[in-house]
Amino acid sequence: MDFAFSEEQEQLRGFAREFLASRYDDARLATIADSATGVDDDVWPRLAEMGWLDAELTFLDQAVLFEETGFRPLPAPYLSTVALAAPALDAETGKRIAAGSLKATLAWAEPGRPQGLLDPVGASASGGRLTGTKVLVPDGASADLFVVVAADGLYAVDAADADVTAHATIDGTRRVADVRFDGAPARALASGEEARALLGRIRDRAYAALALEGVGVAQRALDLLVAYAKEREQFGKPIGVYQAVSHKASNVYVQLQEARSLAYWAAWCVSADDEMARQACLAAKALAGSAAVFACENAIQGHGGIGFTWEHVLHRYYKRAQWLAAFDGPARSQRAEVAAFLLD
Amino acid sequence: MDFHDTPEEAAFRAELRSWLSEHWAGRPLEGGRGDFDTMRRWGGELYDAGYVGLTWPSEFGGRGLSPTYQAIYLEEMSRANAPGHPGVIGLNMAGPTIIAWGTDEQKQRYLKPLLTGEEIWCQGFSEPGSGSDLAAGRTSAVLDGDHWVVNGQKVWSSYAHVAEFCILVVRTDPEAPKHAGLSYLIVDMHAPGVTVRPLVQITGDPEFNEIFFDDVRVPRSSILGQPGDGWKVAMTTLLHERGTLGFALSSELERMVNQLIKLVKEPGPDGRRPADDPVVRDAVASEWIEMQSLRFTNYRSLTTLLETGIPGPEGSGVKLAWSEANQRLTALAQSVFGLHAQITGDEAPLNGFWQYWQLRSRGNTIEAGTSEILRNIIAERVLGLPKGR
Ligand SMILES: Cc1cc2nc3c(=O)[nH]c(=O)nc-3n(C[C@H](O)[C@H](O)[C@H](O)COP(=O)(O)OP(=O)(O)OC[C@H]3O[C@@H](n4cnc5c(N)ncnc54)[C@H](O)[C@@H]3O)c2cc1C
Repeated sequence: MDFAFSEEQEQLRGFAREFLASRYDDARLATIADSATGVDDDVWPRLAEMGWLDAELTFLDQAVLFEETGFRPLPAPYLSTVALAAPALDAETGKRIAAGSLKATLAWAEPGRPQGLLDPVGASASGGRLTGTKVLVPDGASADLFVVVAADGLYAVDAADADVTAHATIDGTRRVADVRFDGAPARALASGEEARALLGRIRDRAYAALALEGVGVAQRALDLLVAYAKEREQFGKPIGVYQAVSHKASNVYVQLQEARSLAYWAAWCVSADDEMARQACLAAKALAGSAAVFACENAIQGHGGIGFTWEHVLHRYYKRAQWLAAFDGPARSQRAEVAAFLLD
Repeated sequence: MDFHDTPEEAAFRAELRSWLSEHWAGRPLEGGRGDFDTMRRWGGELYDAGYVGLTWPSEFGGRGLSPTYQAIYLEEMSRANAPGHPGVIGLNMAGPTIIAWGTDEQKQRYLKPLLTGEEIWCQGFSEPGSGSDLAAGRTSAVLDGDHWVVNGQKVWSSYAHVAEFCILVVRTDPEAPKHAGLSYLIVDMHAPGVTVRPLVQITGDPEFNEIFFDDVRVPRSSILGQPGDGWKVAMTTLLHERGTLGFALSSELERMVNQLIKLVKEPGPDGRRPADDPVVRDAVASEWIEMQSLRFTNYRSLTTLLETGIPGPEGSGVKLAWSEANQRLTALAQSVFGLHAQITGDEAPLNGFWQYWQLRSRGNTIEAGTSEILRNIIAERVLGLPKGR
């Protein structure tokens, strides 16, 4: 039993934390979030240089990066590319991703029907051409390539062959888009049972990755709350002496630790292909999504008026937390699946 | 990162499982009300099989193993639904404190009978006037020749009615500042002048007690540390109460979650299966997730302990979270019985198992540091927020 990241992974974490903090201080993050696209286009080649896009990274290496890109949100389609799309792509395409010349994402949800990652879809392909309408595609407007879920399998479609409509979103740094395919040239990646299993593994990965991001988000919110509780004075004392404030911080701390434990467990299960991977990922996503929201809400309350302003960074984290919590259904959807494992 | 057992750990686990299937399987589980002499004998069986004091030095009857083995032991005991050793205060609190602070003679005298279950310990910290504010205790000990003469009253002392010894915090220097005036004694519960009066808990069971001390003469040497060290020694005790109990709590929660799953899959008194109710399903899944989160938090804390010798701070919230989870979980279980949950005695559903544990769970947020005090501790010691007092 060893529940720690390796020395190399901790080094990677330290490096990532420094890189993200220096590149995206709170003011810069806000500027990007409020910009036309919500994306820092120049960072992509840097990610490739630093090796963040390498196919050789294990999921535990990536885990460290997901957590850090929650602590300081990275305004680029990093999670979409490496967690949602890359696992479905071939080695050649993987090399293009590693070289920094390709961003990708996953398109699954369709309008007017259940939109879970594993729900049946209507999009269909025949003769190497794909037709269908996808919604809520994460980072849809910045991807060069879509991995598309169709009725009979997974396909790769170039963004140039799709009709993309970006949406404004409350989390400005991870927007979603509608994507229409109208007889678009499509390359088959996996079909039938193989495709279903692959999609299941992608979902596990995505849950673990989002849980890790949620841990980063909750940690930053807690750090902001604690720092403010030490410095802000009312009635002649730092507000952190009041238990109505300090106990909020303690509650956030406890839930954050729980979420972190589950997120690391899930990450290990994914990397080791453990038999508990499905349950671990469901549990981690359910708890970490809620923990991130809980942390941000408590941090906002603990900041008083300033925490309620557009100017303060907290709402950026809050909106990312809401994104994570809502992904592929709220926590109760994941709990419903856990319940099926336990009770049926 | 690797969650698999090492070959040695796997062998230990397998051995314990097979021992339990031979020695425990099939015995009835009595919700907290087991006859204490039976429990002592069970403690002795566990000791003879080598499962008590796993992490203690071998010279004191332990096995000198790493805390990982204690974690495995606790998990497997819960999974087999087997009760633990009855010497809870001795094993978790008195023993580690004696190992840390005791003289060689004290270690020789007290540790072994504590492991075998022959001698049961109780804890005399709380007083009528001071619970959370432990350092405000007034029970006094005055030196008279070769003896401390103890006078005063302790309260809420679990196991005092069956205990041979008490770890007792007393005031030995009334002039010194609050914390500096305390000392830490080992008191023979059968000594003249010690009176134990059971107090009935909300469960209806007398599991804790008042202890009165009237001119009780305690040998001068029955002190842990020096006079005035009482606060520091007591902190060692509480560190173990809140720290090493982590796996005991998550394993206990695992046992309760498993019982809950069993319960909701059976038809309730109205003939319906609670497991068919989506609200119940959601709540059961929540508690399973909570249980896993505490289990893995303990593992994280354990990893830090193995690497640095000090458990990680993340474990500080486990008791807090466990106590609230146990309260939710047992209330959920009671809710499936509807008004039948009220019926007590021999007619109570499932022998009163859930009735007892639901009521008992309300003590979980009070004993071993109230939740409010634990939140203060996290805020001040882990997060570095300013002290409220
Ligand atoms: C089942 C059970 C078993 C126990 N076993 C033992 C035992 O074996 N030995 C032993 O010595 N004791 C034992 N106790 C006693 C237990 O440790 C005390 O009850 C506990 O420390 C609280 O002390 P108190 O009862 O005096 O309550 P108080 O300290 O008076 O607290 C009353 C309320 O005020 C709150 N409060 C107090 N101070 C603060 C503060 N600074 N900030 C915020 N809120 C505060 C508390 O959280 C609580 O809600 C046991 C208790 C129970 C319920």
